[in-house]
Parts: sequence; structure tokens; C-alpha cells
Amino acid sequence: MLFLIIKRILLGFITLFIVSIITFVGTEVLPGDACTTYLERQAFGEQLEACYRRLGLNVPAYERYVSWAFNAIQGDFGYSLSGEMPIKEVLGPRIKNSLVLASAAIFIGIPIALILGIITALWRDKLPDVAISTVTIFAMTIPEFISATLLILIIAIWLEWLPGIVIVPTDVSFLELLPNIILPVVAIAMIMTAHMARMVRSSVIQVMASEYVQMAILKGVPYWKMVFKHVLPNALLPAINVVALTIAWLLGGVVVTEVVFNYPGLGRLVIESISNRDLPTVQALAIILASIYVSINLLADLLTLMLNPRLKTLQIRK
Amino acid sequence: MKLDNIYKEEKKSSFAKLSEIIITMASRPSGLIGLSILVFHIILAFISPYIAPHDFKAIDPTLMLQAPSAEYWFGTDDLGRDVFTRTILGGRTALTITFFGSLIALLWGGLLGIFCGLVGGKIDDVVMRIVDAFLSIPWILAMLLIVSLLGTSTEVLIPALGFFYGKGIVRVARAATHDVIAKDFIVSARARGHSDFSIIWNEIIPNVRDAILVEGAMRWSWMLLGFSSLSFLGFGVSPPTPDWGLMISNARGLMSFAYWAVIAPIVGLSSLIIGINLTADAFAKALGIDRSTKAPV
Repeated sequence: MLFLIIKRILLGFITLFIVSIITFVGTEVLPGDACTTYLERQAFGEQLEACYRRLGLNVPAYERYVSWAFNAIQGDFGYSLSGEMPIKEVLGPRIKNSLVLASAAIFIGIPIALILGIITALWRDKLPDVAISTVTIFAMTIPEFISATLLILIIAIWLEWLPGIVIVPTDVSFLELLPNIILPVVAIAMIMTAHMARMVRSSVIQVMASEYVQMAILKGVPYWKMVFKHVLPNALLPAINVVALTIAWLLGGVVVTEVVFNYPGLGRLVIESISNRDLPTVQALAIILASIYVSINLLADLLTLMLNPRLKTLQIRK
Repeated sequence: MKLDNIYKEEKKSSFAKLSEIIITMASRPSGLIGLSILVFHIILAFISPYIAPHDFKAIDPTLMLQAPSAEYWFGTDDLGRDVFTRTILGGRTALTITFFGSLIALLWGGLLGIFCGLVGGKIDDVVMRIVDAFLSIPWILAMLLIVSLLGTSTEVLIPALGFFYGKGIVRVARAATHDVIAKDFIVSARARGHSDFSIIWNEIIPNVRDAILVEGAMRWSWMLLGFSSLSFLGFGVSPPTPDWGLMISNARGLMSFAYWAVIAPIVGLSSLIIGINLTADAFAKALGIDRSTKAPV
């Protein structure tokens, strides 16, 4: 058990290590470096030399990688190209804002997804299932920027209930942020909920068809008791992993949604730094987003391991 | 002689199998809807240049932001261009790029996955680690990086999308190969003395093909989503080209007075994505593959 956990954590670190190499090599081998793209036409002679020295680009690539990785582990990502600010300071408030957005969406989304998933599974192919499933298919297939744009058009422009875009400074207090983030949270939660509800649905359906549930029905266990005692615990366990993967996958959607709502989070920083060709920031963002992805998956794996007694004994036998 | 007959029958039946699959797909209401939307969009993509009522890039300041009328069915945009013309042309770019992108994804993802499943061991471990690492970079960041450094021409977009959406197929193809390789008929083929190539071509590929094709069909709809998100963010195809993502992002700022310019491309893009999705779903069900418990990685 312990061995398995340590192995999973190590694998996570290996993945991050490979990601860091990929992004480093990616930004390295592609045409132009940070200085030539930043200085554009003035990229020659003295100025180029000075820029190389300032960014430390005059040493070989592998040495830069080692020192960059060493600093990155300590949370120091160097200086951003455009703002002349330490990336750490740029990232701080952005991460906080994105976390607020994502966690609000997750906390609203998970309970709704559970309820919808269970309802659709228990009333499979009946009216509630058909109605809810149709809506979830629409919600999960339509791109984030379309649902976000429609939300703004209907709720902010036609009904004038909420502000359509977020116009607040990056470092704003939570209460000031609240009315501004309702629409972005709804936009993200909608897609997330739809994805999760469908997975819960199929997981519950699978368990309902299993032999021990059939046995419980034959034994005369009351329906709701059977659902809560026999079906749900077994159905929700495998769903955890899939839900984690979905949340991680939706990070990309958060980027787009933040742009649509002009929300000062990590996602908009991704677009800004790529438009400005701010490669040090891009590298830092890649590593941070990948770590979020890896840790969500790791968390889900550990949770499944801890909640599933079968897996424990399996590992001991091995 | 007898062997020849068997092969002929098999070929005939594979053709019959295809039409059977399509009939099964169309027999469910969701599959029928999906197929008809997809077919409609494909036909539209072929004929739209000939039926477009106006020039898609004709700018006319006097016609700015006109409401829908008999002359301009879906109104005009901020540069006085006909929204109807641009909407029916918008599917061409998206369909072409994502179709060829999916083909590339299927090819390299499928082949690498089958290869990994076959060789196993250290090589398999290393390749899967790298694939996992690529999977953990958010697609949007990776795509933006490639596109912003290499440009947004079609020659860059198609392989970039193909590469990025193929890595998920690697896993599916590998898992399917793993399942097949332990089966008895592989062992007996080996015992009969068939070459490795013959075993891969005649035994393994026919058995993993379905899983890979279904995954590829699903990737197609995600790739369309990714591609239009890129266009929306201004990193996709460049402006004069009629493209839905681009049209939505242009018309978005003015949608408080000219909602038609944003609604038309939204309907176009949403219906195509839903059409591909429903078709892929029906395709999976017709082949008896359940992918509803899979995460969209």
C-alpha cells in the first residue's frame, strides 16, 4: 500500500520532469529565442548581447535548464520579459483568482452532477433521463466560448442581471469579486457538471446491472436502501478517477472562459504571455498547469486507493 | 481454391458490414439526428462556394451592421459583409482542417499504440511516460505555443492538431493491442508459422481497428472544439477567411446591437460539433464499444 503510494508520487514527479524538459526544449529549438523575439528589429550587436546577459542566455542550454529547474523547484521562475517583474509576483494573484473560479465551479458542479447522474441512471430511458441527458449532451459538446458568449448575451445584455465582463484589478478582495464571477463560474460549472453527470450515470447503470444488486433485489431489500447501501458506494468509486481527469482536461476550457469574461486569472495570462512572446512566463505557466494536472490525478488515485479495500489487499498479495 | 472463396466472401461481407453499421447507427434517433447534421454540413461544405449569394470578403461601410432582411438573410457584420455567406462558408475550413488532422492523429496514434502494445517492456514504458507527460500539458497551452511560434497556416495547423489529438489514441490503441495479443488465435497464428508482419496485418489490426476508429471519431469533435477555440482566441486561421470561431470573436464586442452576427456562426459551429459527437457516439454503440465511462483526455 505504502509502496504503491510512493510509486505513484514518484511517477508524478517523473511526468513533471519530462514536461519541464519538453517545454524547455520546445521553447529552445523553435525559431528565434526570447531576445530576438522581444527586441524584434533591434536584435543585433550591443543590445542583443546585453539582453542575452540579462536573461543569462549566454551559457549553454543544459546549464540554463539545470539552474532554471533548480530555482523553479524553490518557486522562483525568474523574470518575465515584458513586465520586468519577477514571474512569482505576476503569478501569485492570478493563481488565487483562478483558484477561486475553479473551486467555486467544482463545489457547485460536483453535487449537481451527482444528483443528475443518479437521477438519470435510476430512471434510465424514461422521461427524466431523456430530458436531462439531452441537456447534458448540449452542455458538454458546445465549446466553452460559445456557452460563455450566449450567457453574456442573454443574462448580461438582454436581461441586464449581471455584469457581462469582469472589470476589476488583478488583486481585488473576494467580496468585490463575487458579483463579477457568477457568470464565469456558471459557464465553467455547466460543462464540468455535464461531463461528470454522464460519467456518474454510466457508472451507476453498470453497478445496477451487477449480480450482487440483482441479488439484493431478489432478496427483497427496499429499493432506496439498496441504492444507497449497495449501488452508490460501488458506483461512485470508479467515477472519482474519471472526474479528476475531466477536471484536469477542463483546465483548457478555463483558459478560454477567462478570456471571454476578461477575468484576471492564469488563463488570460497564458494568452497574454504567448501574444507577447514572453517565454519565461510561458515556461512557468506550463510547469504550473502541468503540476495542477498531475496533482489532481495523484489525489484521485490516492483517494481511490484509500476508499477501496479491494485494492489494498490486492497490493499486499502482490 | 477453397481458400480464395473464403477471402472473397470476407471482402464482400466487410462491405456489407459497413452499410450494416450505418443502418444500426441511423436506427437510433440520436444517431439519425447526428448523421443527418453531419451529412448536411459535409454537403454544405462542398456546395457553399457555388450557392453563396454574396462575396465573403466584400467590405461595404454603407451596409454596416444591418439587421436580417430579404437581401441579407442573416444581416451584415461590422464591416458590411454578408453574415449568411460567411456562415455557410465557415464550415469548409473547420471541416477540412479537422478531418485531415484526425486522419493524421489516427495514423500516428494508432501505429505507435499498436507498436507499444506489441513490444512491451522498457520501450513501452518510456514511450508511455512521454505520452503521459504530453497529456499533462493543457492542450490549449501546447497548441498556442506551437501556433504562435510556427504561424497559423493550414500546413502548420493540421499536423499540430493531428499530433496533439493523437496522443490519446496511442493509449487506446495500446490497451486494445494488449487485450488482443494474449488471445489464442495469435498464439495459433504464431504456431502456424506466420510472419510478424502477417500477424500484425491479418490478426491484430482487424481486431483493434474498431476501438481506434471510435476513438478517432470522438477526437474529431474535440479537435473541432480545439480548433475553433484557437480561432476564437485569434490564433487560428487569419482574418479574411470565413471561420466560425473568428466570426464569433469579431462579432462578440458588438452583440448588444447586432446579435445576428454572433448567433449565426454559433448555430453553425454548435450544430456541427453536436452532429459529429452524436455520430461518433452512435458509431461506438453500433460497434458495441462503450466509451461513456472514459474521461476526455
